Amino acid sequence: MVQEQQLETVDINVNMGPQHPSTHGVFRMVLTIDGERVVDVEPHIGYMHRGAEKLSENMDYRAAIGFQDRTDYLAQFLNEQAYCMAVEKLLELAVPERTEYIRVILCELNRITSHFMFLGAFGIDLGYFGTSFTYGFRERERIQDIFEEVTGERMMYGYFRPGGLAWDVPDNFVQMIRDVLPHARQGLNDLDVLMTQNEIVAARTKGIGAMSAEDSVNWGLSGPMLRAAGIDWDLRKDKPYSIYDRFDYDIPVGSHGDVFDRYLVRLEEARQSIRIVEQALDQLPDGPIMPEKMPRRLRGPEAEVYAAVEGPRGEYGIYIVSKGGDKPYRLKIRPPSFCNLSALRDMTVGNYVADAVAILGSIDIVLCDVDR
Amino acid sequence: MIGIFKSMYITFATMMRKPVTIEYPAKHRDVPQRDRAFPILLWDKDVVEPFCTGCHACERACPVECMTVTMKDNPLHADDKSKRRKIVDEFWIDYGRCMRCNICVEVCNFEAIAMNNTWAGHELSKFDRNDLVLDLDQLLAQHKQGKIDEWVAE
Ligand code: SF4
Ligand code: SF4
Repeated sequence: MVQEQQLETVDINVNMGPQHPSTHGVFRMVLTIDGERVVDVEPHIGYMHRGAEKLSENMDYRAAIGFQDRTDYLAQFLNEQAYCMAVEKLLELAVPERTEYIRVILCELNRITSHFMFLGAFGIDLGYFGTSFTYGFRERERIQDIFEEVTGERMMYGYFRPGGLAWDVPDNFVQMIRDVLPHARQGLNDLDVLMTQNEIVAARTKGIGAMSAEDSVNWGLSGPMLRAAGIDWDLRKDKPYSIYDRFDYDIPVGSHGDVFDRYLVRLEEARQSIRIVEQALDQLPDGPIMPEKMPRRLRGPEAEVYAAVEGPRGEYGIYIVSKGGDKPYRLKIRPPSFCNLSALRDMTVGNYVADAVAILGSIDIVLCDVDR
Repeated sequence: MIGIFKSMYITFATMMRKPVTIEYPAKHRDVPQRDRAFPILLWDKDVVEPFCTGCHACERACPVECMTVTMKDNPLHADDKSKRRKIVDEFWIDYGRCMRCNICVEVCNFEAIAMNNTWAGHELSKFDRNDLVLDLDQLLAQHKQGKIDEWVAE
């Protein structure tokens, strides 16, 4: 007998996170779903807020280095680079040649490790269940070992100093990296074969979460997210800092702005980083690592400076307002993950719940960077 | 379909490779010479006293304020055995709070403090977090027993 009663469907709210394996940290999304379709997303952030900006304001310029590592913990060298560049601009310190080269080498290796991490975690988001993750980690670990040899730490390096470096690199630095680069290249190729042509990956990613070039600019996206949408904007090329104008490399650009393009852009970017490292190793000069006239105590004039680097996730900027003295009056971090995450709703609404995981993975957020 | 077979080829090829992992608690990998575990104090074997004069430089520079130092007059200086007029009286470092930034080592003018570069500096898990606050004797113990491979930065 057919029931007389009218059946109704209602939208339900689903909490994803903060403890959820696919949110890459402690991030909570409240999804409003209609069947399998997402009709609304509300991101909740702030679980990792430690007040990195305020902490840095209470430290002198050297001591605050440690806190820069702890914002984006997958791209520590790049954060330190941005911070050191800002302080160097403020204090007008001239960085020696050798230091610039070592910084570029380490930053680009760091970009490779960060992208390995992305490629691995992205595979998990798509259901590879650990295969790509362990492959990515295997290769990342080799580079991580070099960082450990050079700085003594595995994650929070604290190696750059305003004006230079904490100490010189070990003697076998160049050889160590030359030995590891073929492995990194091989690792990227492995992941490429594993994922790029795989039909399942294609079905899960192509055309999903697409952002048009115009929207990407309006949302203030940067890094691979922006380039996947077809906009050729990379601070290393377009606002050259450090010594990036001396190397020959390409900026990969996507065309559709979907999840698949973001993945491809990152894969290719890691390859280009290997090229930069190789060139920098060839050109690495000898010399001092700290400026000659280094003041014992770093005191800034009254000024405002902004310095930004192209991190693996996008533009990582540091804005310092100084009112004199040995501490910044105000320090602002422009985190790429936070700005990229702001476009989450636009990308997710209308897709399936499972795609929400893939889209979130493709943003490649680091929650410590979002919450600071 | 071809893509999936290619992916499987990679997986099977990896099965043939040598494992890169180490079975950790049974085996320890070598830590690099520059390894930065936690800061420890160094012991002056010639004079039989710590190098540290208790000058507070590291205490002031530490970004997380995890050290406490006090200073006293050096009894050995009165007997003309030591050149140090002042010497450390008490010294605590809270390892639970230390962020291993190396800044204390850099600011010390007497090379009295160094980062532990042995495995002993890593395997420190304790049941009570108060056990992670180390006093002077504990901080000196490593170097007194000669168990540290000295690598002073710069
Ligand atoms: S360790 Fe060095 S800086 Fe710290 S109190 Fe002792 S002598 Fe001074
Ligand atoms: S390593 Fe850094 S955080 Fe730890 S005691 Fe030294 S200055 Fe403080």
